[in-house]
Amino acid sequence: MATVSIPTILRTHTGGEKTVAAAGGTVAELIDDLESRHSGIKARLVTDGALHRFVNIYVDDEDVRFAGGLDAPVKDNSTVTILPAVAGGMR
Amino acid sequence: MSPAGCESYRHRSPFVGSGPYPEGVLVIRADLVDEIVAHARRDHPDEACGVIAGPEGSDRPERFIPMLNAARSPTFYEFDSGDLLRLYKDMDARGEVPVVIYHSHTATEAYPSRTDISYASEPEAHYVVVSTREEDSNEFRSFRIVDGVVTEEQVEVVETYMFANTGADDVPDRSA
Repeated sequence: MATVSIPTILRTHTGGEKTVAAAGGTVAELIDDLESRHSGIKARLVTDGALHRFVNIYVDDEDVRFAGGLDAPVKDNSTVTILPAVAGGMR
Repeated sequence: MSPAGCESYRHRSPFVGSGPYPEGVLVIRADLVDEIVAHARRDHPDEACGVIAGPEGSDRPERFIPMLNAARSPTFYEFDSGDLLRLYKDMDARGEVPVVIYHSHTATEAYPSRTDISYASEPEAHYVVVSTREEDSNEFRSFRIVDGVVTEEQVEVVETYMFANTGADDVPDRSA
């Protein structure tokens, strides 16, 4: 199982846990497995079949946007980090 | 309740808050305010952004961490995704959280925009917005942004946290 680091804002779905375990060969499968254990979390990560633009997911420190997106491979011992993007602007 | 910004940011009271976790107020050291304003001025007319980290559970901003605006834009800011990961790993290792997340508006008032609100995802952070639209004055305001709701809070600038009732008593003031 991969180890998944959960940001503060999503810990309402994990009972306050900072890290949880999840399985999957790709980021998409991992998110489905997360959803089966922590209901509601998928909708916070994925919109219309694509990674939500406000969220960054890293597999072993690599941003999955540069590694195949939801198809990015996840290993059994991978460390997955979910972080909300920090961004904004005047408009 | 809340100061409308810049002119009052130099107001200093060593006695603020009424408990260990005062609500509706950002208590922040004057030197950190100066760092944020200096960063915003330095990057003007592009937006500047960064974090002030502090011990988890303390609500006390201590470690100034200016970030690069990966968008390098006068209307948008964004932490680079690699920088963001390194920042959070570093804070985790130190037992810190982002107590303050700041950015500048270079042509508009220091109030969270729709974009700021849609991205805001640290419900426990103080979102500081500095406006550098006026050359000779700085608007410095702080907000909570939770579930899309913006609440402005008071800014209390202090010389030291020693008397400011920030944080739990058992968390040593590292900066003293």
